[in-house]
Amino acid sequence: MTIIDCRPFLAVAVSMLAALLIAFTGEKHRNVREAWGALAAVTKFGIICSMLPAVLAGDAYEYTLCQITDTLGLTLRTDPAGMIFALLASMLWIPVHFYSIGYMRCNQEGEQTGYFAAFAVCISACMGVAMSANLLTFFFFYELLTLASYPLVLHHRNQEALMAARKYLIYTLISGQLFLVGIIAVYCIAGTVDFKAGGILTIDMAPKWVIQFIFILMIMAGSVKAAVMPLHGWLPAAMVAPTPVSALLHAVAVVKTGVFAVLRIIGFVFGPKLLSQIGLIDLLAWAAALTILISSLMALRQDHLKRRLAFSTIGQLSYIVLGASLLSPMAIKGAYLHLVAHAVMKITLFMCAGAIIARTHRNQISELYGIAKKMPYTMTCFTIASLGIAGIPFFVGFISKWNLALGALQAGKPIFIVVWIASALLAGGYLLPVVQMAFFRKDPQEGIRKYGEHSNCMVIPICCTAILSIILGVIPDAYPHFFRLATMASQAICAGWTGGW
Amino acid sequence: MEVLNEFLKTRGIYTLVMILFFLGVFGMVLSKNYMKKLMAMNVMQVAVIFFYLCFAQKDGAMIPIQNGVTTNPDMYINPLPHGLMLTAIVVSLGTTGVALALLMRIKEIYGSVEETEVLRRASK
Amino acid sequence: MSIFAHHAPVFIVLLPMTASLLCMLFSRMSRNLGCYIVMASIVGAFASAVSVLQQVVAQGGKAIHYYMGGWQPPIGIEFVLDPLNSCLAVLVTFLSMVISLYARPFVKDEDWLHVGGYYTLFGLLTVGLCGMIITGDVFNLYVYLEIMSLSGYGLIALGGRKSMLAAFRYLLMGTIGASLYLLGVGYMYAITGTLNMADMAQRVAPFMNSPLVAMAIACFIIGFGIKMALFPLHGWQPDAYTFSHPAAAPFIAGLMSKAPAYALIRFMYYIFKVDNPVVHSALNVIGILGIAGMLIGSFMALAQYDLRRMLAYSSVAQIGYIAIGIAMGNVYGFIGAVLHIINHAFMKSALFLVTGGICYRFGEVNIYRLGGLNRKMMFSSVTITLASLSMIGLPPTAGFFSKWYLMLGSYTAHEYIYIPVLVISSLLNAIYFFRIIEQMFVQREASLTEVKPPTTFLGLPWEMVVPIACVGIGVLVLGFCSADIVVNILKLGLPEVFVK
Repeated sequence: MTIIDCRPFLAVAVSMLAALLIAFTGEKHRNVREAWGALAAVTKFGIICSMLPAVLAGDAYEYTLCQITDTLGLTLRTDPAGMIFALLASMLWIPVHFYSIGYMRCNQEGEQTGYFAAFAVCISACMGVAMSANLLTFFFFYELLTLASYPLVLHHRNQEALMAARKYLIYTLISGQLFLVGIIAVYCIAGTVDFKAGGILTIDMAPKWVIQFIFILMIMAGSVKAAVMPLHGWLPAAMVAPTPVSALLHAVAVVKTGVFAVLRIIGFVFGPKLLSQIGLIDLLAWAAALTILISSLMALRQDHLKRRLAFSTIGQLSYIVLGASLLSPMAIKGAYLHLVAHAVMKITLFMCAGAIIARTHRNQISELYGIAKKMPYTMTCFTIASLGIAGIPFFVGFISKWNLALGALQAGKPIFIVVWIASALLAGGYLLPVVQMAFFRKDPQEGIRKYGEHSNCMVIPICCTAILSIILGVIPDAYPHFFRLATMASQAICAGWTGGW
Repeated sequence: MEVLNEFLKTRGIYTLVMILFFLGVFGMVLSKNYMKKLMAMNVMQVAVIFFYLCFAQKDGAMIPIQNGVTTNPDMYINPLPHGLMLTAIVVSLGTTGVALALLMRIKEIYGSVEETEVLRRASK
Repeated sequence: MSIFAHHAPVFIVLLPMTASLLCMLFSRMSRNLGCYIVMASIVGAFASAVSVLQQVVAQGGKAIHYYMGGWQPPIGIEFVLDPLNSCLAVLVTFLSMVISLYARPFVKDEDWLHVGGYYTLFGLLTVGLCGMIITGDVFNLYVYLEIMSLSGYGLIALGGRKSMLAAFRYLLMGTIGASLYLLGVGYMYAITGTLNMADMAQRVAPFMNSPLVAMAIACFIIGFGIKMALFPLHGWQPDAYTFSHPAAAPFIAGLMSKAPAYALIRFMYYIFKVDNPVVHSALNVIGILGIAGMLIGSFMALAQYDLRRMLAYSSVAQIGYIAIGIAMGNVYGFIGAVLHIINHAFMKSALFLVTGGICYRFGEVNIYRLGGLNRKMMFSSVTITLASLSMIGLPPTAGFFSKWYLMLGSYTAHEYIYIPVLVISSLLNAIYFFRIIEQMFVQREASLTEVKPPTTFLGLPWEMVVPIACVGIGVLVLGFCSADIVVNILKLGLPEVFVK
């Protein structure tokens, strides 16, 4: 059942409004400015949560704000798949906002007003991406996200940031244009671009090579933001941005938009049935599998903490892409779950990295001798999140990986389980040495080293997300019911399709 | 001979008009003096005017004034193209006027109306 | 119907024409009087255009015919206002209105001759553009074309020393274009014996295969091609845009190439109809020129360091968009072309308005010396950013929508070559516009001398801020309203070929 209700747009508008208020409040009243952000974050999460019961009951909220073109509307719709992403992003915005305040003040960064405003716009765009009901609306918010995250990457306004921002733009704009071409082609072939679980295209609509070509175009567009190799170049470069940006954008918003695009394209535009007929999907699966392994290996040899986390992100995102491209119900469910799991874990890791940078002004892992003594809470949280990434049971990463592995079996491609096991071991290999360095090595220069100020504004959000990652690991269906939503999404996509075994 | 006669009778004048037109364009493109370009432009405009007058021509017809002899429209030349060309002449006069004014200013600024000279000074 | 509403079509042209002809007289009496009268008349013209648009839309898209002096066509001259015409008339008069306000600070300190002269020419340019758009008579179109061109030459020549040469060159090329158009009209008159467009469309149908028609089409394409700066015929345009009077540049760059483009659309779609082979091959030629223009214009724009010159070359590329829209010959291509005429007028005007503002305050517009502009002129920087995003074609700005329809058109026409060209062109646009955005927001502050120190906190006099705001917001509004424009206006005014 579809309920006409403007709440999806309210959720988008709240942070857009917050961005405007932030921009007009300015640097003079910075407490007021940051209060706007906090208010918007809480309100947004409230709005999204208020839609949750109906979505769990199988209904959808839908609203068309205006017509974009003569036949297509700017329509938002909350289906379970979109709900997962919307809940996730709005939930994690709250800790990240408080964390940002602490980080920005500790580091005395410049251009804070612009930073907070762009941040709010990014979240808005993210909500739009999550809930858009058709490809064109999706594209709207997708491009808005590109534009809004550009100033964030450029935050430091120096040569390095400039180069990173250019690289980011080159990757995303080109992929955006290709995506547009794909949308037009889908529109001309299918006569509609509304997302439909199970796909809107069928094999008899166009010659096979045309569908294959469109699939490659659109998947490439998604893969750029999802940083599937070889299209990942922008992500490590974009790590020059302030750490909260890396935390939210490069663990939750931007890259997750990319994988979410891949999931939408696979599940709602082409559909598993068509994809298994045109047969390109193995290509994507292997690209994702290789990405997982190569990026994990590359993460091993990074000494810069944020770069190591960036390569880890690349690998983890490809889990989701791989899950989606296995086309079996369990794998798709695992993909949606990993979308949540990875966001919670990686945001914790990034926030820890940021806290370390803010306090010690050190980026290199080899310099982190014994910092756990100075920052016990932060490093404990780092450990929890690392174990989650490695896929240890009772942490959030385990549930999703378990489902992914079951999905691989269900799809009749058990070879990919090997990839996951290898990558879990590698993840342990590149994250646990950091923990070991922090907890068990003595600082040779102890006493000489100066530490920056300690800020509860940073530590508390870190603890919150760490606790969240344990809760979701022990009780996967805890409020807000990610597990049930993921099950609903994968059932809808795979209705009448069992995954080919 | 027959063919040539036929050609001259039917299309000769148009050919000449076209030659005149393209002479004008040719002059505008190739001459190195802005004044000459301007004159070539006038030649081109006159060619267009000729063209209209030519196709308005009719054998054995008279100017369209009522003389009480006949009201048969076949006996009159179509006055419309002539009327149009009055307008076109006015327009070309206006164009020439603006062009001359600009040319005077160019001469004032660059001290010459030779293209090479003006371009040399303009690029400085 | 009130007398005003009844005569509104002719007021669009009549008011500015009367005012600009009297402008010098009033200026002699009092320095600013003439200027106020022209501005008031343009406001009047805008009101008339809006009223006409309302009437047409209220009638469900049935065209309003206004007979000059009550003479019935095909003998008399008529103004035809279908939804398309009246929409473009609103566009022209609106931009003319805001830009006439914008020009005030530039001419404030001049003597009466300059103030009066500027506004006379400006008013006549408006007259020419509006007339070209709404007239229903091909020879009348020629007259308006020349009014537009002559006043345009004048406005370009007002720009200073270097502009004389640019204006003179434009005059020479423009006259070739106008003469070719006149020649084409001659052919058409010889074939059909009428000058009225609707009448001509009916009478030319049996002769469509005659070589004379082909000749006429060639004349029209080259003639209008020169006037609208279609790719190989654009030689006059970069100089003209660069050196024209900074207050007139937004208007010239935004609209002077659009009226001929629209005239070309009218000849191709309304008179010749696109469904026969001769026109089809003519359209292919336009398409190829459009593609070449889009690519070469964008590449040339990359190489410029003067902002105005860069924008001029970018116009060559954007005219290419319109050209390929015309060349597709289907509904979506047509909508894309007309929508791009409207959108590009706004975007380019916005860019040139801000450029003029920078020029007014600092006296130079070097791309590499824009550093730190966001601190000095926050408002203008935001406008430039919006307009740039629109030029690249990113949603939700206006430029995206014309690109969407153009892509849709090329897909439905099965002429896939246009799609990669559109993509490449947008990416090239992205390169040179993000270069400006980077300069403004990121680079270190350039040491510019303030020619005119700011009087308001926005960095420019309010007469300049208001137009910049109007047009800048317009880019966004056009984006959000584009579906309304397409459904409620453009689709009502589709040429007959598509309706049946």
